[in-house]
Amino acid sequence: MLIKTARVIPSREITDEPVYLRRREFMRVAGGAAFAAAVAPLVACASEPSAAEPQATGPFAKPQLPLAGYKEKAVATDETLNTFDQITGYNNFYEFGTGKSDPKRYSGSLKTSPWTVKVDGLCNKPADYHLDDLIKPIQLEERIYRLRCVEAWSMVIPWIGVPLNEVIKRAEPTAKAAFVEFTTLLRPSEMPGQNTGSLDWPYVEGLRLDEAMHPLTILAVGLYGKTLMPANGAPIRLVVPWKYGFKSAKSIVRIRFVEKQPKTAWNLATPSEYGFYSNVNPEVDHPRWSQKYERRLPSFFQNHPTQMFNGYSEVASLYAGMDLRRNY
Amino acid sequence: MKAPPYAVLKGLTFTIALVPAARLAYRIYTNDLGVNPAETLQLDTGGWALKFLLITLAISPLRRLSGWNRIIQYRRMLGLFAFFYACLHFLTYIVLDKYFAFGEMVADVAKRPFITAGFVAFVTMIPLAVTSTKGWIRRLGRRWQTLHRLIYVSGVAAAIHFIWKVKVVIGEPVYYAAALGVLLGFRIVWHLRSR
Repeated sequence: MLIKTARVIPSREITDEPVYLRRREFMRVAGGAAFAAAVAPLVACASEPSAAEPQATGPFAKPQLPLAGYKEKAVATDETLNTFDQITGYNNFYEFGTGKSDPKRYSGSLKTSPWTVKVDGLCNKPADYHLDDLIKPIQLEERIYRLRCVEAWSMVIPWIGVPLNEVIKRAEPTAKAAFVEFTTLLRPSEMPGQNTGSLDWPYVEGLRLDEAMHPLTILAVGLYGKTLMPANGAPIRLVVPWKYGFKSAKSIVRIRFVEKQPKTAWNLATPSEYGFYSNVNPEVDHPRWSQKYERRLPSFFQNHPTQMFNGYSEVASLYAGMDLRRNY
Repeated sequence: MKAPPYAVLKGLTFTIALVPAARLAYRIYTNDLGVNPAETLQLDTGGWALKFLLITLAISPLRRLSGWNRIIQYRRMLGLFAFFYACLHFLTYIVLDKYFAFGEMVADVAKRPFITAGFVAFVTMIPLAVTSTKGWIRRLGRRWQTLHRLIYVSGVAAAIHFIWKVKVVIGEPVYYAAALGVLLGFRIVWHLRSR
């Protein structure tokens, strides 16, 4: 890893000045926040598509666009990266089907522009953001993260995104806000999996506020230097690298601050197997299979030892004193 | 037109039953197993084991319904193909999943119902494969029939294994379980009628 991330961020201190001052690029961040505050009235816009926006019509109407000006390898690893084809051709996104190649196969007609993200709930500055307005004020960073699926396979992925805490700070969550809830797009006409009862739609995920504020948690908008493919959750998705993959909600349309622990999709479907926390943990098995080893794709063998918190030990303090066997 | 000789039909069936294995071998050779090659091998071999198990179980109902008695001559071969694909499937577990960690396999079988079901499905096929020869059929006499009812146990365990494998129970595993239900349903009806 090339940068050091803040070691401890107790949940109630997030927006406090001392924590703020410890950040690496204070000037830039403060400038960004001031900018965001200044343009807040402008970006609070309606969800109607603006006339100037090009309208996508078919599967290949919008090729992936190159992303410029991102900070390379803001967080990195020396592990071998998975290829673009592997990352975009093999994953779970039940909105498009339960098969691993379904997302690539059936996501072609997903319209990701225009895109609005509603930020609301227990915060002082709720707003509906056009995607650009949500992301532009924040410095894009490349984050090369391990991704560990609850099914015991893993990849190494070069995401491009912004720290979620920047977005959260701009919204100014109130003292009552303890959790953040993420909602995925509900559009059965373009997401065939939503016509089946595989899960309760729309897909909802959630984090504790301090987890959401952790510097490792990002909102990803790109992959390998380009905007995300629909199969991977375009145009904007969560990436929480120390949790099993399903916690990282895709194609997000709403970020809501709430007081109580959100009811999340997989936890609702099978509570005994998928807990709210779902931190990567080799000591706590899935009831139906061991989590001790993973298959680092495209390897044939499931012999890669799984690390606690997927190797991101700096998050351990978030769970100090918690029984992680009970809070799986 | 004269019906083709039995040996030709049997040879043809044998060849067709080998196609899934040949196709898989070709995909290994051409490096065309997808992003997760181990999973492809596992799903494919497991799927064919279950399919052949169901085909084998379909022989008796087909014979009764159609009156085509000679179809029974294909049953042993089809059953052995089910065992063949189950062996390949079991091998993927030993090598690709567990990499010969036998201690962990024992623990898996003991505490994970999903693995236990698969293991039961496989192990119950072993005596059936062993006693499939003419010699054993003669030696066991009437008991052979009783022993070979173990295939019902194997089928049920295999269907459950597939259902317990997936995270959300829809699609394929449900269809296979339904097909098995129909095939076993015939046996139940026959049994009730014969009393």
